[in-house]
Amino acid sequence: MEKVYEHKLETFREYLESIDVEGYTDEQRKSLLIQILHKAQENIGYIPTEVQKLIAQKLKIHVSRVYGVVTFYNFFSTKPRGKYPINICLGTACYVAGANLIYDEFKKFLNIEPEEVTEDGLFSIHPVRCLGACGLAPVVKIGEDTYGRLKVSDVRKIIREYTSKENQ
Amino acid sequence: MCEQIRIVLRNAGNINPENIEDYLKNDGYLALAKALESTREEVIDIISSSNLRGRGGGGFPTGLKWKFTMQAKGDEKYVICNADEGDPGAFMDRSILEGDPHSVLEGMTIGGYAVGAKKGIIYIRAEYPLAVERLKNAICQAKEFGLLGENILGTSFSFDIEIRLGAGAFVCGEETALIHSIEGSRGEPRNKPPFPSTSGLWGKPTLINNVETFANIAPIILNGPDWFRQYGTKNSPGTKVFALAGDVKNVGLVEVPMGTTLREIIFDIGGGIKGDKKFKAVQTGGPSGGCIPIEYLDTPIDYDSLQNLGSMMGSGGMIVMDEDTCMVDVAKFYLQFTVDESCGKCTTCRIGNVRLLEILEKITSGNAHLEDLERMISLSNVIKNSSLCGLGQTAPNPVLSTFKYFEDEYKAHILDRVCPAGICKNLIRYEVIPQNCQGCTACARVCPTQAISGELRKPHFIDQTKCIKCGSCYSTCRFNAIKIV
Repeated sequence: MEKVYEHKLETFREYLESIDVEGYTDEQRKSLLIQILHKAQENIGYIPTEVQKLIAQKLKIHVSRVYGVVTFYNFFSTKPRGKYPINICLGTACYVAGANLIYDEFKKFLNIEPEEVTEDGLFSIHPVRCLGACGLAPVVKIGEDTYGRLKVSDVRKIIREYTSKENQ
Repeated sequence: MCEQIRIVLRNAGNINPENIEDYLKNDGYLALAKALESTREEVIDIISSSNLRGRGGGGFPTGLKWKFTMQAKGDEKYVICNADEGDPGAFMDRSILEGDPHSVLEGMTIGGYAVGAKKGIIYIRAEYPLAVERLKNAICQAKEFGLLGENILGTSFSFDIEIRLGAGAFVCGEETALIHSIEGSRGEPRNKPPFPSTSGLWGKPTLINNVETFANIAPIILNGPDWFRQYGTKNSPGTKVFALAGDVKNVGLVEVPMGTTLREIIFDIGGGIKGDKKFKAVQTGGPSGGCIPIEYLDTPIDYDSLQNLGSMMGSGGMIVMDEDTCMVDVAKFYLQFTVDESCGKCTTCRIGNVRLLEILEKITSGNAHLEDLERMISLSNVIKNSSLCGLGQTAPNPVLSTFKYFEDEYKAHILDRVCPAGICKNLIRYEVIPQNCQGCTACARVCPTQAISGELRKPHFIDQTKCIKCGSCYSTCRFNAIKIV
């Protein structure tokens, strides 16, 4: 795990170095913050304090400012996510189609609370507000795969698909 | 039978959104060429006299916004396209951006010319990766064809468009919050005035419009304001795209002239309620809107009529609910959303909404008294009157509108301690109907707490002290032998 993290951090560092902020006004530099955070989230999977400090240095802003932004937006997390983050849509169309029952079932079956990761590091649960696929309600997105028109009884099946893929 | 009229969605689904030539073949960028031959004032005059109103939900006259931004003094100006479509249950902007990205780019470029801006920014939510991909591709192609960048179509006008990703904050749909987000700050709204048209991005005059508004621009320039005004109503001309979802048979996008009734949209186009259940309410305007009951199905919809009903147009989400929906639960759902998404700047929104949610929880768990209703209403009004931005000012709308139209349902929760729709767990009970029960034991086998007992081929019995109301027996029974009371 350590090694994987180090490698990811290195990739991100290289990206950060590749940005040229010479000749930028303060305003222009600051406005890069959210784009850079997106890259960090994508490369590393979350944005730990260490990374926040690196970004603050690069943009010549205080780290508290970076922290303020990271914690404001739902898309960024300061804790690692599971290998397969489970995004459960709780938008209106999904909600009236019973998304909260699906949500409860995921929590119960994986025995974790939202934003927590299972012990094996495979799954984490994230309630989201509308994935914009209301025609498929209720919808769940695991990693990049989308599952629509779910029933409570599908939950166990889907999780088993992933665990058996891992065990191969 | 009411007909759909496609102005905004004219190309979506009919052209290949990844090929600019397809768009060009369908009169694409002709409006831009026409605009560049006119003066800036002429362009703004056309938009003003078309009476187009902002499709983001507020309904502010677009021409006026353009005029203010043009008249504002500043060496640099910006055009922002608000594509932070955050209303749960709304996906109009996503479909426009994915199906016809050039229509938005063209509208923005015309806007840039009219107000005197050189730079455009599309602020789009990160949850829409395909839309982002297609926009990037469309911008590249437009540049290749000389429709974006330096000296557009050989004129002295230059305009460039850049994409900025949101990061999952609903409040960033509010224009001043959105601007803060582009600037790299927390997306908190600020007091208005000054409006963005005089002091927006980095303090410069900024024109900010929604995706659907921009998609309306090119057809209006090409066909003229009179053509546009023939659709819709006098005060709200043109069409509106709605995202129809929930308990209707046909789910999807609908583009109809303003003034179409809710009944036409839900029953003619939407095909009626799924499973032929009874219609109960339709929710418009997302978390800022309200629920409209059956009595008002024949209201012609436009900005003003929806507001009079205690709801609002919003960006165009339309969620249909059938008789099995508990209106108190729906209000609770929306309020939960607002509580999560409140940025925390105003006390009434940050704390008031939490207290309001607690009252609703009290009601749905069967612990409320009648005084709580009074408290709920007065608190709602305080939140509406003393919050800074649209999020707080409209947060209590779902509560107020459901209470206005479904007061009986609130009272049933409080006085009779029952949930008429059978949704609120604390207020329902599952019981076996002995006449229907075949004694197949299916329910007893799925019950997680072994609360069901009974002999084979004889009516079963649910022990209420063990029952956790999970509903497994109800969904398992094939003989309709379990009822919710």
